[in-house]
Amino acid sequence: MAAPKKGRRSPGAHAKPWRSLFLILLAMVGLTGGMFLSGHSTPRLGIDLAGGTSITLEAKNQPGKPNAINQTNMNTAVGIIERRVNGLGVSEAEVQTQGDRHIIANIPRGTNEKQAREQVGTTAKLAFRPVLTYAPTTKQPKPPQQQPSQSPSKSPSKSPQTGDKPGGTEGQQSGQDSQGGQSDQGRAVTDGLKAKAAPADDKPTPKPDKSTPPPTTPPQQQQPPGVPPELAKKLQKLDCNSKQAKAKVSERASAAKSSEPVLACDAKEKVKYVLGPVGVEGKNVTDAKAQFDQQRGQWIVTMSFDSKGSDDFGDTTGKLAKKQQPQNQFAIALDGEVVSAPSVSQRLSSNAEISGSFTQESAQELGNILSYGALPLTFEESDVTTVTPALGSDQLQAGLIAGAIGLALVVVYLVAYYRGLSFIAILSLLVSAVLTYTIMSLLGPAIGFALNLPAVCGAIVAIGITADSFIVYFERIRDEIREGRTLRPAVERGWPRARRTILVSDFVSFLAAAVLFIVTVGKVQGFAFTLGLTTLLDIVVVFFFTKPLMTLLARTRFFSSGHPWSGLDPRRLGAKPPLRRGRRASAVRTDPKEA
Amino acid sequence: MSRLGNIGARLYRGDVGYDFIGHRKLWYGISILITITAIVGLVVRGLNMGIEFEGGAVLTTPKTSATVTHTKEIAEQESGHQAIVQKLGNGGMRIQIAGLDTAKSSEVKESIAGDLKVEGNDIDTQLVGPSWGEQIANKAWLGLGIFMVLVVIYLAIAFEWRMALAALIALVHDITITVGIYSLVGFEVTPGTVIGLLTILGYSLYDTVVVFDSLRESSRNVTKQTRYTFSEIANRSINSTLVRSINTTVVALLPVAGLLFIGGGLLGGGMLNDIALSLFVGLAAGAYSSIFIATPLVADFKEREPQMKALARRVHAKRAKNEGREAQDDFGDDGPDGTGPEDGVPGPGHGSVQVDPATAAAGVVGPRGRNEAAGARAQRRQPSSRNRSRNRPSGKRR
Repeated sequence: MAAPKKGRRSPGAHAKPWRSLFLILLAMVGLTGGMFLSGHSTPRLGIDLAGGTSITLEAKNQPGKPNAINQTNMNTAVGIIERRVNGLGVSEAEVQTQGDRHIIANIPRGTNEKQAREQVGTTAKLAFRPVLTYAPTTKQPKPPQQQPSQSPSKSPSKSPQTGDKPGGTEGQQSGQDSQGGQSDQGRAVTDGLKAKAAPADDKPTPKPDKSTPPPTTPPQQQQPPGVPPELAKKLQKLDCNSKQAKAKVSERASAAKSSEPVLACDAKEKVKYVLGPVGVEGKNVTDAKAQFDQQRGQWIVTMSFDSKGSDDFGDTTGKLAKKQQPQNQFAIALDGEVVSAPSVSQRLSSNAEISGSFTQESAQELGNILSYGALPLTFEESDVTTVTPALGSDQLQAGLIAGAIGLALVVVYLVAYYRGLSFIAILSLLVSAVLTYTIMSLLGPAIGFALNLPAVCGAIVAIGITADSFIVYFERIRDEIREGRTLRPAVERGWPRARRTILVSDFVSFLAAAVLFIVTVGKVQGFAFTLGLTTLLDIVVVFFFTKPLMTLLARTRFFSSGHPWSGLDPRRLGAKPPLRRGRRASAVRTDPKEA
Repeated sequence: MSRLGNIGARLYRGDVGYDFIGHRKLWYGISILITITAIVGLVVRGLNMGIEFEGGAVLTTPKTSATVTHTKEIAEQESGHQAIVQKLGNGGMRIQIAGLDTAKSSEVKESIAGDLKVEGNDIDTQLVGPSWGEQIANKAWLGLGIFMVLVVIYLAIAFEWRMALAALIALVHDITITVGIYSLVGFEVTPGTVIGLLTILGYSLYDTVVVFDSLRESSRNVTKQTRYTFSEIANRSINSTLVRSINTTVVALLPVAGLLFIGGGLLGGGMLNDIALSLFVGLAAGAYSSIFIATPLVADFKEREPQMKALARRVHAKRAKNEGREAQDDFGDDGPDGTGPEDGVPGPGHGSVQVDPATAAAGVVGPRGRNEAAGARAQRRQPSSRNRSRNRPSGKRR
């Protein structure tokens, strides 16, 4: 094909088709080059093709805060979940909003997947509340002496392994058990005020620490002063024995106003509390992390507050420090559940540390909860999909085979029906495929596009839509030839009309894709995206490739003479009378000169 | 191909054709019948909603030697819920357990893995909260609503409101048929189905738009001529774009068929299959409706207009006058093609009004051929071949 094109290229009048062809070639080369340069030579695969876990969360309105679901809060939540997940060592996890109230977290198969899932599911609100009193959950007034390992794990972590030994297996399941190892109330809180007491930093005044896993100090049962009697009574009745009961309690606790005292269960230990009004909001924690204290040879959790947090924390701890056990403790309540209740011996401010019998895991866990715990919204898991890499690659393979079959069928049909013209159609399909592939590959790093199964479907369906544009054009050209025109005028005259049909119908397709993309969530979106992208590319290809190529090929003898295999044989098309055939012949002869 | 090509040419010129508009009542009837069946099916049988809409878990196991019944027993025993088990093409099992909640699913998965002697980590799970499917569906309905409003506005601007209305009716018709088939056959409705259904929106309109585009072109100057009524022109439009409609539909269906074949055969269900199935049904319905429903509806709407009524009267009057004279004139014209007017007689692609063969052949050049040319001008060219050759140069210049 190349030779005839070349011969006719020179004159200026019809230089345009070459320009468009060159442009599109340039675009293809540029995109392909960019693809290889950026090192993303394949599209990023979605969870359902690569394996992994995909979690869709739906934001729920909380009682009393009907307008909490807004863009800002959603973005904050995404940020927090992302940090939580990635903080666990799951790299490349991706968290994004979809629609106005959904968050999708995609966690690739690999490290800490299970744990990450728990972290995503834990959509906690964090608050520091002073402990007014506590009691064991067991009916008998015995001090809570249970082994941590037996304590029922709370909702956030479903992982059954509770007993952590100090220095236990890392990277595994820090879930809930992290704190579980230590009894909360006994945990010593030391606060190193770095700013204030530099020396105190390393030698934290260890308060009552319970450095050993089992709760050391059995709490006294007598009612300390300051506890409202009705709450004390309720505390006696409070049921923290089953998961369901606990869930109810924490639901109530998290729904309560921050200025009111609440009843709460402990996440790990069989202890229940009456907690005072919120002293510090979790959102005032700016940072918290687990550190290994070389001097004492133990893990500690350091935290820092913003200015409001510092003031509040200072006030709270100042008051607490003067009180007697157990009222010198503050509880770190996550979603209305106490994850830790360290005691305080002195006034603390912006920087504080918590020490105790932490393992690396449990320290990191607490650090994570402190720094990322304060989600502005509550979420519910709508859909959790786990795909093994085996199934993922099966599905990818099936999709590719389906695409190949579909493409082959279309090509066969086009060749059978359009003969020579199908050459143009197939080339155009190829160009379209190259553009789609490269753009998809580049969109992976650029906007986080991931090719999932519905997107593959969309691409396959798009083969048909793209080919339809060619059919519209070809039929137009054939109609013009049936009118008795020779090929070149037919190509030019058919174009404006075909163009409009293509634009109108592609617009409708694109409209559908755009509406779907904006309105829907999850998998539907991936599908809509591909469909929209391929529809746009279809227009690009038809305008800048198919039409110019058609113009060029119309100058070749093979097509313009109506070769039986060109698909444009006027006789077969039933063109107008023989008189015209004569004229057409002469037109063909003059063609080269004109061009 | 030569056969096909010839048919294409003859369709194009109106030598052969089917009187879509004339038989519209029949097709309306068929469509109404299908729609009623679909609605009855929907009411009586309901839709077989997938796990995604009711909440529950879908577990997919790798290849296992266990039988379906055995697996089902295990699954129901472990979960305490109804389970549906399918054998997949690769030897694995697809276990659907409705109503299983998220918390319990891990245990069930582990115990099933133990019983089937496969690795728990090799089992794919999908856990769905009870409200998830509903949300997808709600979003889909919302999307559908927004799309319909937008597309009607767009079509009303790009074409005219009658076409927009007809396209909308055809669209609703397609969706009803697809949903009806789902309820009657009992295919499972999943988010994949919803995706497929939503895609039909764009696609069913694609076909309709192609036909409408040709109709708009050929009917541009319809009031300035007195040879054809609007219905006849509409019918010609359908016939002349018939090849195109068939081709676009076939080409659109082929990849979907590939998907269906692979999705159903190799994977034995799942997303690919769900999307492909609803697409297949919907595309077929879409092709049918754009030809048999949308365009005849437009013609019906149009014929209610006073201008069109007047036109129809003029056309009939003129036709009565001219009859007989032109029959001979055009005879020589079409002879060389081997498709003389005689060939055209059996199925002139014209409206309910009977047209003589000559006009049928002449019509080719008329409304469609030179689109810019007023029908009136085309008509002037018609009467004889002598006339035509004189006009040719100017035609070319145009």
